[in-house]
Amino acid sequence: MNTAARQKPSPIGLAAGFVLAVLVMLSLFVGVIDMPFRRVLSDAEALELLLISRLPRTLAALLTGSGLAIGGLIMQTLARNSYVEPSTAGTAQSAELGVLLVTLLWPSANLFIKSIVATTTALVGTSVFLMTAHRLPPTQPFLVPLFGIVYGGVIGAAVTFVAWQADLLQYLSVWTNGDFSGVLRGRYELLWAAAAMLVVAWMIADRLTIMAMGRDASIGLGIDYSRMLQLGLVIVSVISALSTVIVGMIPFVGLVVPNIVSRLMGDNLRGTLPVVAMSGAILVLGCDILGRLIRYPYEIPVGTVMGCVGGVVFLWLLFRRPAHA
Amino acid sequence: MIRVEKVSLKHGSTPILHDISLDIPKGGITALIGPNGAGKSSLLSLIARLQPLQTGKISIEGYPVDTTPNRDLAKIIAILRQDSIVTSRLRVRELVGFGRFPHGRGRLTEEDQRIIDQSLQQFDLTDLAGRFIETLSGGQRQRALVAMAFAQGTDYLLLDEPLNNLDMYFARELMRSLRKIADGKGKTVVIVLHDINQAGVYADRIVAMKSGRIIADGPPSELLTPETLHAIFGFGMRVETIDGIPIVVHLR
Amino acid sequence: MPDRRLLCLGAAAIVCIAAYMTIGLGGNIGFVLSLRATKLAALLQVSLSIALSTVIFQTVTNNRILTPSIMGLDALYLFGQMLLVFLLGGLGYSALDPQLKFGGEVMLLMGLAIGLLLPMLRRRTDMGLMLLAGVIFGVLFRSLQSLLARLVDPNDFAVAQSASFANFNDVRTDVLIFATILTAVAAVIAWRARHLLDIVALGADSATGLGVAWARTVAGLLLLVSSLVAVSTALVGPIAFFGLLVVAIAERVVDTRRHSMLLPAAAFTAVIILVGGQTLFQHGLGNSSTLGVVIEFAGGLAFLILLFLGSRR
Repeated sequence: MNTAARQKPSPIGLAAGFVLAVLVMLSLFVGVIDMPFRRVLSDAEALELLLISRLPRTLAALLTGSGLAIGGLIMQTLARNSYVEPSTAGTAQSAELGVLLVTLLWPSANLFIKSIVATTTALVGTSVFLMTAHRLPPTQPFLVPLFGIVYGGVIGAAVTFVAWQADLLQYLSVWTNGDFSGVLRGRYELLWAAAAMLVVAWMIADRLTIMAMGRDASIGLGIDYSRMLQLGLVIVSVISALSTVIVGMIPFVGLVVPNIVSRLMGDNLRGTLPVVAMSGAILVLGCDILGRLIRYPYEIPVGTVMGCVGGVVFLWLLFRRPAHA
Repeated sequence: MIRVEKVSLKHGSTPILHDISLDIPKGGITALIGPNGAGKSSLLSLIARLQPLQTGKISIEGYPVDTTPNRDLAKIIAILRQDSIVTSRLRVRELVGFGRFPHGRGRLTEEDQRIIDQSLQQFDLTDLAGRFIETLSGGQRQRALVAMAFAQGTDYLLLDEPLNNLDMYFARELMRSLRKIADGKGKTVVIVLHDINQAGVYADRIVAMKSGRIIADGPPSELLTPETLHAIFGFGMRVETIDGIPIVVHLR
Repeated sequence: MPDRRLLCLGAAAIVCIAAYMTIGLGGNIGFVLSLRATKLAALLQVSLSIALSTVIFQTVTNNRILTPSIMGLDALYLFGQMLLVFLLGGLGYSALDPQLKFGGEVMLLMGLAIGLLLPMLRRRTDMGLMLLAGVIFGVLFRSLQSLLARLVDPNDFAVAQSASFANFNDVRTDVLIFATILTAVAAVIAWRARHLLDIVALGADSATGLGVAWARTVAGLLLLVSSLVAVSTALVGPIAFFGLLVVAIAERVVDTRRHSMLLPAAAFTAVIILVGGQTLFQHGLGNSSTLGVVIEFAGGLAFLILLFLGSRR
């Protein structure tokens, strides 16, 4: 009966796919003419340039965007609260702490090792947040994001303090403000691990939807709640740590995208997950392109652009639509 | 059969349940009654493995609840907790559909769809199937949750005060539906009730708890006597028999 | 009848002030004293403005865990500052008199705060929404500020970073006179409004029923809050958790939400932490530049504990 109807891609999903395709083309195109030394290049070299710089940059934006959006969505599911995302739950700040510590204690460590350490600290930081968040009364939902913001702020203060003492504030800004301008071939490939996390998230979509209904309901329906919780934590930490280490923190993606998609399509993740991933990619890629154009030929970091665009879009949505539309 | 053997429970140093032993054979409706804080909900959540067992044993159909894989248990037993809060933006049909999760791990077959339709119909939710849960009234939401537990299609159904938020019509409908699946399909229902007359009219057996102990156990006609009721609730009440069913007059 | 706990707080605050002025005096005593007096004046203003603005803001929004800085007001101030630079051009702007500039910034913040917060407060009072909107406001204004900074001078990466946390050691003294007047006036208004604030704390419906012109009162109080936020942010930079910590401690000490008690108690607590902390760091730990970070850290941590304990009761 309506099984067939449900498996058909939604109009929202199709629209998102179309917009994304346009943006990818735009990103490659804007990238090429953006290059200051474009005149010295013949066509073959332009292609090479595309492969070395513009394609990796576009892919990195796609992977980061969809990863952060899904990370936010999973975070919201695990915390059972729609106002949290990795950067407001101490995840990103813990990752910063990890990468800062590696830089201090083992300056010669490569990106891979930095990512592993950052993922580990992100995992620890997020677990502490989640364990505490679950003990807060569910009748006061605004306590959880508040707790997360303050918690993230405390870790952030510790990071700043350490960086300050070690004279590493310059380094720190690389991780605290997302920027794709440094992405080249050979420097972003670890982000494909985030793509793997997306696949895992897709596989457990139904279980995540049920987990959003709470521990009792999940156990009642035969879900191994604590193991799923751990899995969700790993997904969020990997995505968040990788994007922090490789491109830096980008605010709002994990908050804005899942909330908007939830308002439009509901919370059945089996249906909304692809749309969330695509919308996250659209948002991040779009902001990156915008950042390249606003003050051409200078670049504005994507973290800054996202702070403005994401903030305005979200406030507009928040106050334009009643919650029970 | 649900078998509870020598189960005790403590929250910190506060004892909740004292050495409870109880057998609930397959089939029929068993009502748990008793004053607030008697331990009814705790017992129910222990049976449904929502809380870890501290001492004693509980098994369902011979499967011990603490060692049997969760997903296997979910095909045998369904529980509806009181004060279940669903904050997700799910449509009624999606929510009820998740009751089928233990069977297909998310893939809904034609059979699943049929069962979902049936559950929706049973609780008069067909017209609301496309609505988001958050837009429903308290009673409609409660019905959707009960329908989800129904759709799980288990032989054992544990319901913790399911009549909360339901008006007289749907409270009666729910109890009649439970009676129907108990009689027609041989399902076993364990239900916590506060309205003692609902228990008297619909249950086959009443188990009365007080201060973490079972203090009375038997069919309504035996259990609903002024003396027993006084022992349970601490005040005297009249019991009249109407059409062979004991009706407790407890308002004066 | 002054409360005993309030007197204790007041005494402790005075001890902190005295310690700040006298410990480790040496060299040209007159010079050192006047230098310290200037900085003390700034610290006192920051304490007062943060304490009062947080109490009033919590009362207006009827929420104990919101503060002006959580709602992004200090970020809004920095954004306004940058907006002026952007609109007037870097050169013309820096030539202006600092007091005049500060006046303009305060006016701008008042305008922006009223324009943005009032419609929100009037529309609904859903706490989740308020909090969420506040977080968004904060990040939005910080991002807008750094965006403008880059538009003004794309090469200057330091601009966006410079004002990201408070520094109590390096107080801006060029706007001190104006700030003093502003703080004094705001403090007097807040004190005179203490009974009105008790009514406002009951919420829109009850207050209206008791004859308070709600919209006008809230608008007035928000103006007061924004001028106080402007003072503290202009003097030392943004401080996130300090106000929250101060009011939470003050409320636990005097154990009341009555404003005739809470307002002075919060002010004293702020002085104790800020002036006492500065003294301790300057003389005890020998590294006064880190007080800002330590207060954020300790404040945040203490707040988490308070929040957790409070919510579990």
